[in-house]
Amino acid sequence: MHNIPNLLSIITFLPLVGAFVIATIRGDDLNVARNARWVALWTSSIVFLLSLLLWFGFDRANPGFQFEERAEWIPVLNIAYRMGVDGISMPFVILSTLLTPICILASWEAIEVRVKEYMIAFLALETLMIGTFCALDFVAFYVFFEGVLIPMFIIIGIWGGPRRVYSAFKFFLFTLAGSVLMLVAILTMYDIAGTTDIPTLMTQKFDPGLQIWLWLALFASFAVKVPMWPVHTWLPDAHVEAPTAGSVILAGVLLKMGGYGFLRFSIPMLPDASLTLAPLVFALSVVAVIYTSLVALAQSDMKKLIAYSSVAHMGFVTAGTFTFNRQGIEGAIFQMLSHGIVSAALFLCVGVVYDRLHSREIARYGGLVNNMPRYAFAFMIFTMASVGLPGTSGFIGEFLVMAGAFQASTWLALFITTGMILGAAYMLWLYRRVVFGKLEKDDVRAMLDLSPREIAIFAPLILIVLWMGIYPASFTSITGPAVDQLIANYQVATGTQPVPALIAPAAAAPATELPGTEAPATEQPAEAAEPAGEGQ
Amino acid sequence: MEMNASLALPEIWVAVAGMALLIAGAFLGDRAMRAIGLLTMAIMAVAAVMVLSLDTAMPQQAFNGHFVVDSFAVFAKVLTLIAAAFAIWMSFSYAEREGMARFELPILMLLATLGMMMMISANDLISLYVGLELQSLALYVTAAIRRDTVKSTEAGLKYFVLGALSSGMLLYGASMIYGFVGTVSFDGLGQALTGGAPSIGVIIGLVFLCAGLAFKISAVPFHMWTPDVYEGAPTPITAFFAAAPKVAAIALFTRVLVEAFGGITPQWQQIIVAIAIASMALGAFAALVQKNIKRLMAYSSIGNIGYALVGLAAGSQQGVSGLLFYMATYVPMTLGAFAVILAMRQKGQMVEEIGDLAGLAKSQPWLAHIFAAILFSMAGIPPLVGFFGKWMVFAAAVDSGMFVLAVIGVLTSVVSAYYYVRIVKVMYFDEPAGVFDRVDGSLKLVLALSLAVVAIGILFINPLQTSTAVAAASLFAG
Repeated sequence: MHNIPNLLSIITFLPLVGAFVIATIRGDDLNVARNARWVALWTSSIVFLLSLLLWFGFDRANPGFQFEERAEWIPVLNIAYRMGVDGISMPFVILSTLLTPICILASWEAIEVRVKEYMIAFLALETLMIGTFCALDFVAFYVFFEGVLIPMFIIIGIWGGPRRVYSAFKFFLFTLAGSVLMLVAILTMYDIAGTTDIPTLMTQKFDPGLQIWLWLALFASFAVKVPMWPVHTWLPDAHVEAPTAGSVILAGVLLKMGGYGFLRFSIPMLPDASLTLAPLVFALSVVAVIYTSLVALAQSDMKKLIAYSSVAHMGFVTAGTFTFNRQGIEGAIFQMLSHGIVSAALFLCVGVVYDRLHSREIARYGGLVNNMPRYAFAFMIFTMASVGLPGTSGFIGEFLVMAGAFQASTWLALFITTGMILGAAYMLWLYRRVVFGKLEKDDVRAMLDLSPREIAIFAPLILIVLWMGIYPASFTSITGPAVDQLIANYQVATGTQPVPALIAPAAAAPATELPGTEAPATEQPAEAAEPAGEGQ
Repeated sequence: MEMNASLALPEIWVAVAGMALLIAGAFLGDRAMRAIGLLTMAIMAVAAVMVLSLDTAMPQQAFNGHFVVDSFAVFAKVLTLIAAAFAIWMSFSYAEREGMARFELPILMLLATLGMMMMISANDLISLYVGLELQSLALYVTAAIRRDTVKSTEAGLKYFVLGALSSGMLLYGASMIYGFVGTVSFDGLGQALTGGAPSIGVIIGLVFLCAGLAFKISAVPFHMWTPDVYEGAPTPITAFFAAAPKVAAIALFTRVLVEAFGGITPQWQQIIVAIAIASMALGAFAALVQKNIKRLMAYSSIGNIGYALVGLAAGSQQGVSGLLFYMATYVPMTLGAFAVILAMRQKGQMVEEIGDLAGLAKSQPWLAHIFAAILFSMAGIPPLVGFFGKWMVFAAAVDSGMFVLAVIGVLTSVVSAYYYVRIVKVMYFDEPAGVFDRVDGSLKLVLALSLAVVAIGILFINPLQTSTAVAAASLFAG
């Protein structure tokens, strides 16, 4: 399975080839639309199957980069096209390749105008998303990361709701403003290190004073993308106006680029600044978790509610990332994957009823369990996963993050847990108002249950949510070694001791460095956490 | 006395061939405009080949040091010739349709290009002025070539009056410098002005010189003529203004500052930093409210010059290399954008409002796609080539420790992204307002080439960067 050369490049650029094929389709509108849909579905399905080779061919014991490839790009500037995945990035590649065909299926009937352009935009988006997670060169990463703006801007702006233009611009300008500051940081790091090779930069020691500035510049970009409070305001607008599939990709993959950025760049490259500024991240995460949960409670628009819940859930991710212990970071990654599936599925759930009634008002619905039992079942699974019910993926992620947060700071754990309670409140209330109650309105009564196409969309997502909740080890065994290595390198770089439980890294004295000993100390609680999901 | 006239062979060729064409044109009349235009393009192509075949392993001087040929000059001349040739190519069908098909038009453009080549190779303040005036006088006339319309004559007059003023300032500055240093040659100035602070007279001269040259590249605060002239001049002439003279003038600016005043870099660096920031900011903010696409392109070119000046402000070899790289990406994007503007024709009438582009993605998808790619590239969004131009100049600024300049630059690029993307919004998100006429074949060629540069330029960063680095190195070696 390893012997397909340039597998990552093939996975990355195959969607672009599909987009070119679609661009050449000629004929009358109906035929063009049909062919474009099928080409897009086939391309993205093949890409997904190819990406499974990554999953099965991945050496789970190896914490380094795998499937590496390298080609000269700008040798005079020592900038190369370098690709590779490790345990942190590989699951995100699979997440991207999984969600794209689902999005195309979800848009099958919902998108009626300019289908050809829509499918081209989606396949281009897939290339850029996969490339972002595979790139091992900072410039290549930036090119993919930033290029995402173009197709997403067009997807929101053409196929979005009534305020689509405002939302598209807000999304574009917020993200761009954050990213250009990261560009200055990249230029500075390049100027010092003389290379943009990511593995090399990870071993580069930057001056601690400079690290703070670089960290803040990277933070500007990733915090907007995650998004963290107070720069989250673009997200509810973008989600509400984007077409269903656009929301799915936004919540499912694009938000993860921010969290991935913290793990790939901020912590390994700028460890001292990460240590110093972790309290800032904690504070913003706590505000995000509690404040946006309360805002979510007050929403009357389904998509907006889920959008705010995304901000809250990503608050868990940022808090977990900066605990610098295994549970916290693995929890953050797990939470991102889980949220990628669950929030994507929730937006698809909204899309199902929106396609039938063209309204996202919660008050317009009610009693759907009577005439749409299958829909109610799917919606319930994802609501429970979002709430964090044991046995679903959401539980594992949130539990691990809380376990990690508890080690970093008990206050942090306290506030984060509050968010979990609020999360249960707004999600269950949403579910109650939409699915339960009396079936009174005539047009709601006339709605049909899930079609076979929609079942085909939801079934795999339900299975993955349960799989992640019941046997998380198949995911944590991928992320584990890479996370261990990340933490070990971080501890060596910052001179922090391997952390015994209940002592925050910041409090530990910078004494002798014993990087070899932390693995047994941190591994145990993580494993203790995993069967907890199984038991329920 | 060393003549080395063979080094100036491309310029001599252009001058002689241009004059021959002028005589031929006088006999053949305006009917032969297209034929003469094609011949000027051929002359430029031959000149480009001649320029490329010069041996520039070491900088060489001709005419007793008045004229210099080095890799920097070769790069800038080839870029100028390409930009000028495509501008002439785009003017044919417009000129024939709009009744400005005079045989003088391509010849004037050729003579302006000759002036630009002189500017690029100028090695003292006198040849600088001669080249600059040859270029400017030809450009004034082309701006007013539609002498029967108010707008065009107004543009020509404005350009002439303000251009004459700036030439006066430049001359005054040059005379101050000559008075206080005692030489006009760049080499002599470079040797005389080293180390500590120069006398106040030289500083005053330098400021006037910079003011005059800033006018030619339309950098803030000497940009006021640009929107009016861009809007008033016939569109293909505006395309010409926006591309070739910008390259030549900024190359001249760079050579003067680096070769003649390289010893007192900190003195001029602050001027360049100030006008770079002012140009980027004004270009970004003033463009936000424009409705006319030619005025918008005027502010866009002001902003773009600001970014190019960031490279010059860095004051380093890397900075000059970045500047050349930026201009090399700027030229195809600008020409492509003007090709789209030239294609904005409804029922035989040219239209210039941004609103006229509404719904272009539905009525003429390919035109819209190409324009969108060019606009995203100008906004500096990767993977399009415009991003790499910005990368190069900001990398140079960061390398010189100018973090504030770099941060201001990238933030203004976000503001400018708004107005570029606003055009994409009009084309893609709005309902069609009217259908454009069929696009001329000649424009299609320019559109296709500029799309190719913008979209697949990412694969050719390395060779371009290699040649700009060589060009910049020759300037610092000499």
